[in-house]
Amino acid sequence: MLEIEIDGKKLTVPTGSTVMDAAHSNGTYIPHFCYHKKLSIAANCRMCLVEVEKAPKPLPACATPVTDGMKVHTHSDTAVKAQQGVMEFLLINHPLDCPICDQGGECQLQDLAVGYGGVSSRYQEEKRAVPAKEMGPLVSAAEMSRCIHCTRCVRFTEEIGGYQEIGMAHRGEHSQILPFLNKTVDSEISGNVIDLCPVGALTSKPFRYSARPWELSRRKTVSPHDGLGANMIVQVKHNRVMRALPLENEAINECWLADRDRFSYEALSSDARLTRPMVKQGGQWIETEWQAALEYIVKGLRGVTRDHGADAIGFLATPHSTVEELYLAKKLAGALGVESTDYRTRHADFSRDAAQQGALWLGSSIVELAAANALLVVGSVLRKEQPLLAARLRQSVKKGMALSVISPIQENLLSHVHARLTVSPVAMLDSLKAVLKAVLARKADASSTLDVVSITPCAQAEAIADSLVNNDNAVIALGNLAQHSPHFGDLLTLANELARLTGGRVAVLGEAANSVGAELTFKPSGKGANAGQMFSVPKKAYVLLNTELDCDSHNPHRALKAVEQAEMVVAMSAFRSDAALQYADVMLPIAPFTETSGAFVNMEGLLQAFNGVVKPLGDARPAWKVLRVLGNMLGAPGFEFESAEQVRAEWLAGLGGELKSKLNNGLSSLTLATPSSASGLVRVGEVPMYQADALCRRAPSLQATADARAPRASAHSSVLAAAGVQSGQEVSLKQEGAAIRIAIDADDSLPLGVVRLAAAHPATVALGGMFNSIELAQG
Amino acid sequence: MLSPDALKQIDREVAKYPADQARSAVMGALRIAQTELGWLSTETIEFVANYLGIPPVAAYEVATFYNMYDLKPVGKYKITVCTNLPCALGGGVDCADYLKHKLGIGFGETTPDGKFTLVEGECMGACGDAPVLLVNNHSMCSFMSHEAIDKKLAELK
Amino acid sequence: MAVFTQGVIFEGVDTSDPNCWTLDAYVKRGGYEALKRILQQGISQDDVIAEVKGSSLRGRGGAGFPTGLKWSFMPRNFPGDKYLVCNTDEGEPGTFKDRDILRFNPHSLIEGMIIAGYAMGVKRAYNYIHGEIFEDYVLFERALDEARAAGFLGENILGTSFTFDLFAHHGYGAYICGEETALLESLEGKKGQPRFKPPFPASFGLYGKPTTINNTESFASVPFIIRDGGQKFLEAGKPNNGGTKLFSVSGHVNRPGNYEIPLGTPFSVLLEMAGGMKNGKKLKAVIPGGSSAPVLPGDIMMDCTMDYDSISKAGSMLGSGAVIVMNEDICMVKALERLAYFYHEESCGQCTPCREGTGWLYRVIHRIEHGQGRPDDLDLLTSVGNNMAGRTICALADAAVFPVRSFTKHFRHEFEYHIEHKKCLVEHKWC
Ligand SMILES: Cc1cc2nc3c(=O)[nH]c(=O)nc-3n(C[C@H](O)[C@H](O)[C@H](O)COP(=O)(O)O)c2cc1C
Ligand code: SF4
Ligand code: FES
Repeated sequence: MLEIEIDGKKLTVPTGSTVMDAAHSNGTYIPHFCYHKKLSIAANCRMCLVEVEKAPKPLPACATPVTDGMKVHTHSDTAVKAQQGVMEFLLINHPLDCPICDQGGECQLQDLAVGYGGVSSRYQEEKRAVPAKEMGPLVSAAEMSRCIHCTRCVRFTEEIGGYQEIGMAHRGEHSQILPFLNKTVDSEISGNVIDLCPVGALTSKPFRYSARPWELSRRKTVSPHDGLGANMIVQVKHNRVMRALPLENEAINECWLADRDRFSYEALSSDARLTRPMVKQGGQWIETEWQAALEYIVKGLRGVTRDHGADAIGFLATPHSTVEELYLAKKLAGALGVESTDYRTRHADFSRDAAQQGALWLGSSIVELAAANALLVVGSVLRKEQPLLAARLRQSVKKGMALSVISPIQENLLSHVHARLTVSPVAMLDSLKAVLKAVLARKADASSTLDVVSITPCAQAEAIADSLVNNDNAVIALGNLAQHSPHFGDLLTLANELARLTGGRVAVLGEAANSVGAELTFKPSGKGANAGQMFSVPKKAYVLLNTELDCDSHNPHRALKAVEQAEMVVAMSAFRSDAALQYADVMLPIAPFTETSGAFVNMEGLLQAFNGVVKPLGDARPAWKVLRVLGNMLGAPGFEFESAEQVRAEWLAGLGGELKSKLNNGLSSLTLATPSSASGLVRVGEVPMYQADALCRRAPSLQATADARAPRASAHSSVLAAAGVQSGQEVSLKQEGAAIRIAIDADDSLPLGVVRLAAAHPATVALGGMFNSIELAQG
Repeated sequence: MLSPDALKQIDREVAKYPADQARSAVMGALRIAQTELGWLSTETIEFVANYLGIPPVAAYEVATFYNMYDLKPVGKYKITVCTNLPCALGGGVDCADYLKHKLGIGFGETTPDGKFTLVEGECMGACGDAPVLLVNNHSMCSFMSHEAIDKKLAELK
Repeated sequence: MAVFTQGVIFEGVDTSDPNCWTLDAYVKRGGYEALKRILQQGISQDDVIAEVKGSSLRGRGGAGFPTGLKWSFMPRNFPGDKYLVCNTDEGEPGTFKDRDILRFNPHSLIEGMIIAGYAMGVKRAYNYIHGEIFEDYVLFERALDEARAAGFLGENILGTSFTFDLFAHHGYGAYICGEETALLESLEGKKGQPRFKPPFPASFGLYGKPTTINNTESFASVPFIIRDGGQKFLEAGKPNNGGTKLFSVSGHVNRPGNYEIPLGTPFSVLLEMAGGMKNGKKLKAVIPGGSSAPVLPGDIMMDCTMDYDSISKAGSMLGSGAVIVMNEDICMVKALERLAYFYHEESCGQCTPCREGTGWLYRVIHRIEHGQGRPDDLDLLTSVGNNMAGRTICALADAAVFPVRSFTKHFRHEFEYHIEHKKCLVEHKWC
C-alpha cells in the first residue's frame, strides 16, 4: 500500500495504482478522454495533466504510477493551466458543430470545454476536415473531423474485441481513424465503440439524427437475447424505444453490450409487429377484437380436450419468454390437464430428463466462470452464441486461463486456444471419452464406470486433460451446439464424469435470456411429451408462446408438418411471420420485453426483473395478462393476478422461495447411450447470431451486417470431391425428402463427414434436423 | 500476387525475429512488395498482412505512417530531394528548384510520360553531402550540382 | 566524402579504400581484439561495465546519458529473453555520422554490440537503420554475414559458451523512430509512436522484455574502450565529457563532413578544420547539436568548446553533435519556418499538444515569413510553445519548441522586422 495526498486529502492505495486510480477511489474527478478503465493506458490526450509536487512538469494522471508520499494537485494553477492548454489544442481543429451533433448533450468534449475552453479561439487558420469513413451498418463514422484521436476505439477492437478492426492511419495532424479500406467493422460487439467515443465522431447509425439526448427518458431493463442477461438502459421518446445503452454491471456485462443487445430494438417498431388479434376463417385472416379471439381459443381448446383428451394439446414457448409468461402458460396448461409443455424446441435429445437433478445452469456465477483456470468448451460457436461472455473470457485467457474447445466448428475465438478438437457432432462424444481416459491415466486412484476402454487419446485430448487435471477450478461448459445435439444427454453425462474426476464444475451456457427460468418452469410434467415428441407424435392443438416454428425448431420440416395436421394452432407473438400465417389459426399480439413487466433468470441463476418502458404497440397486450384472462375464461382457479410481481411471487413460492437450490447440473446416474453410428453425411446446423430470436430476425441494421448474410453450405474439400462438386457451386441438399438448392464452399477446417449449413434461416427452414443426416448432390 | 523471389525475401525478414513476432517483418515485407510492384495498393497491403497473419488495418497503419511507402502509383523514378535546413544551406532548395524546372513538375507530381515523380523529402542523414536526392527510395545521390543532376537524369532511362 | 579523425572510431580507416568496411580491413586495424580478450581471458560482465563506466562515455544519440550506467540498469538474472538495440535511425537534421560508421567501419559497431551483449547477458540484438540509407543497410547485412561466418556472431562465439546474434532492421521514413521507444514499436512492426515511460525499456522494452538501446556511435566506441582502457578514452576528452566524438558539420562551411575530435575542442578549431566559412562570409548562427538544439549566435558559439558542459552553459545542447553553420545571408524567420515545417510533418500524432501544436507553430511562422504576421504573433508562439513543451509523451514536442524559443530570443529583431515590414531584414539566400 502507498500513501498519496490528492488536493490535500490523504489516502492509501494499492501498490501499482496510478494517480487516476487513486483519484477515482476517493471521488476526485480528473478530466480525461483517452483513459478508460477497461482499456490499456495510452496517455495520449494529455487532458489529465496534474501537478505533482517535486515533478518539474505536469504529469498525466492516467499513466503516472503513485509513489509513496506523493502529493498531487488536480486543481492548482499549474494543473488547470495545463488542462486548459490541452483543451485549446483539442478545439482548434474541432468543428464545434454541437447543435447538429448526435453527441450534443452527452459529449465529454462539450462538457469539459465549458469548464476549460477559452472564450474565443486564438487559432485563426483553416480547420482540418477529415473525410467520412464507412464502418458498416451499425457504426457511423460520417463526422470524423470531430475525432480527437484518443484511440479508444482502436484499443477496444484490439484488446476487448480481440482483433484490430479500426486503426489510426497516417501520422501527426493527418492521423485518421479508419477501418481497413475495403472492410467494415464486423465484430459482434462493435457498437461499444459508440459509447467509448468521447465525442460525436463514432455514433449509432440506426439512431443518427432521430432524437436529441435530452429529449429521451432513460429506463432500466435487461437484454432479451443470450443467457448473460446484460443490463441495459433503453431510451424512449414519444412512446418509442430510440436507443439501447449498457447499464454498467461489473458482475454481468461490465460496461459493454453485444451488438444485438444494442440494436435489436429496431424490431420493436418494425412493420412486422403484430398489432391486432387475428383469426383465420375459411383460409382468410381477419382482424378481430381480443374478446372474440380469446373466446375462439377457449372454445377450440375445450373442443380438442373433449374430442381427443388433454394429451392431444401441446404448449411450446421460447426461453426468451419471461418467467411470468412461462409460469402462467404452464398453469393454464395445467388447468386444461395438459402435461406436454416444453421450451426446448431446438433440442433433439431429452434422454436424461429423468436423471437430471435440477435445472441446468452455469454452475457458478459469471465472475466465477471467468476466474476458472481451465475451461473446456464443448459444442459451441462461442462468440456468436455468447458475444459478451466470449469477450470476458478473452480477458481471462490473457490472465492465464487455459481455454480448450471441442466442437464441430473451428471458430476463431480471437484469443489463445490451449487445445482444440474439431470433430463431427457424434465424434464430440469420443473426444470427451478420450479426455476422460487421459484424465483417468493422470489419476492413479480414480476409476470410472463409463466405458472408455477402446479409446486412444490423441495429443489434443491429452493436452485438454492436462489443463483440467493440473488446474484446480476447471470447468467443462456445454454450448448451444452441444445442447441442440442429438447426443446432449451423453455429453452432459461425460461432462459430469470429467467434473467429478477433476474436481471441476459443469456449466451449461444458457442459450436465451430466460433459459434457466424456462428450465425451472416449462419442462413437461408427468407423462407429458417433450418438444421432440410433440412433433414426432403430432398433437391436435398447439399453443405457441413466442415460438416461431420455422426458425425455432430443431427440425422445422417435421415441426411444420406436425402443425399442419393440427386442428388448432394458437400463436402468441409480438410479430407476424409468413410461416405463422400458414400454420396458425389464431394470432395474439403480445408485448415484447419493452412493453411488459417481467423477469428473466440469467445463466448464473440470477433473477432480474424489469418493467415495461413503453406502452404496448397497437392492441398488443402483455402475455401474462392474456394468459390470466384465458385462465379466467376457462374458469380455472388461481388466475386472479393484479401484477406481474404477484405472478412472479407465486412462481417463486412454488420453487420454495428461492431458486439457487433448484439449479443443478448433476445426474442421478451416469450411463451412456450407444449412439447409432450414422452412415453418410451429417449436418452441422448452428443458429446464426442474428437469427437466434424473433427480435434479431427483424432488426434491419443487424440484418445488414456480415453476420446476417444469407447462409451458404460448406464442407471439407474431400467431401465436395467425393460428391463431384466444386467449391462455390450450387448443390442440392436433402433431408427427410425435402431439398433445397444452395451454394457450397470448401472449408477444410471442418471435420470429415459433415455438411455445415446454418439453421433458423428462411433459406434453410425447408430442411430437417440441425444435426441429422443430410444428402449432398450435384446441382 | 508477389513473385516467389519476393516471398523468399519476406521469409528471410520473418526469420530475423522470434517465432511469434512475424509482425516485426511488416516494414520489410511492405518494402519488398513495393519494390516489386512499384507502389502499395490496398490489395497488396492486405496480401502482406495476411501473409504475416496480422490484421490488414495494422499493416495499413504502418504503410501510411512511414513516408517512403507509396500508396499511389509513382513514376518509374521517384526522386526525393531533401530540402531540410542543413541541406537547404548546402543547396538543397536550389537543387529542388532545378529539378522542378527540368522536369516541369512540382513536388508530389509525376511527369506526363510517367517517368519521374518528384517528392520533397525530410532529413536523410546525409546533410554533409548536400544537395542529396534519393532515387526510388534506395539509391542515394550526393553533391547534386546542376551538372550532376543533368547527368543523373540522362542515366535514368 | 572523407571523415577527418583524431579519434577512436575512425582511427586508421582509409575511407577512400572501397574495402575499408570489410572484416579483413577491420581485423588488420586491431578489430575484434577487445572481444577476443574478453572471451579468452574470461573478463567478467561487471568488469566490462566498469570499464565503460570508467570511460565516462556518454550516449551519442542526443541525450548524453552515461552509457555504463545505462548498461548497469539491465536486470542481470532475468529469466526470459532480453534484447539489445542499436539506434541508427539518424533523422535529426544535421546529423550524418552514424551513416559513416555503417559504411566505413561497420565492424566497430558489430564488435561493440557483441561486447555489450556479453556484458548484459543478451543473446539477440537488432540494429535499426533508417530507410533512406538503404544501401548502407545492405552493406551492414553483408558485414553481419562476414562476422557470422567468422564465428563472431551466432552460437558458441569463439568456442566459448557465449551466444549472441545481431540482425538489421530498416525504417522507412519517420524521424520519430529515432526516439527509443518509438523505435521499439517500429521494430515490433507497428507505427513508430513513442511509449509512455515509465516503464522504461530496461524493464519493458522490445516485445515487453528488458532492453538496452544505444546510439551507433556509442556502441562503436566500446571496442576501443575495452581494448585500450576506459581511462585512455576518458583522457582523450575532458572530465565528465570523456572521449572523442563525431561532429557532423553542415551548412555554410567549405568542407562539410564528419570530424572525430576530442570533446572540449574549441568550436573555432572545428570551424577551421571544416575549412572555415564558405566564400568568406560572416558567421551568423550555429545550431550546435542537431536541429532540436537551441540556435546560438555566432559570437557566443566562437567562445564555446565542443563538449556537453560548455554548450549547455551557453544555453544549448551538444545533442547528437550535428553542427549546422549559417552565414549572414540567412533570414532566421525562413530558417525557422523550415524547421517548424519538419517537426509538424514528423509529429507522430498521438499527443494532443504535439499533433495540434506543431502545426500551429508552423502556420504562425509561415504567415510571418509570408508577410502576414500579426503584432502579437511572437507572444502567441511563446504561449503555444509553453503549452507543448513538457506536456507530451516524448521529447519531439520539446524539440519543436526549442528552435522557436531560441530563434525568437536571439534574433527577435528579425521577426519583429518581418511582422512590421512584411519582408526579410536580410536579403535571404539559402547558399
Ligand atoms: C524525437 C527524438 C529523436 C531522436 N532521434 C535519435 C536518433 O536519430 N538517433 C539516436 O541515436 N537517438 C535519437 N534520439 C535519442 C534516443 O531516444 C535515445 O536517447 C538514444 O538512442 C539512446 O542512445 P545513447 O544513450 O547511446 O545516446 C531521439 C530522441 C528523440 C526524442
Ligand atoms: S510528443 Fe509528438 S512525436 Fe512524441 S509521442 Fe507525442 S505526438 Fe508523438
Ligand atoms: S486520460 Fe491521461 S493522457 Fe488521456
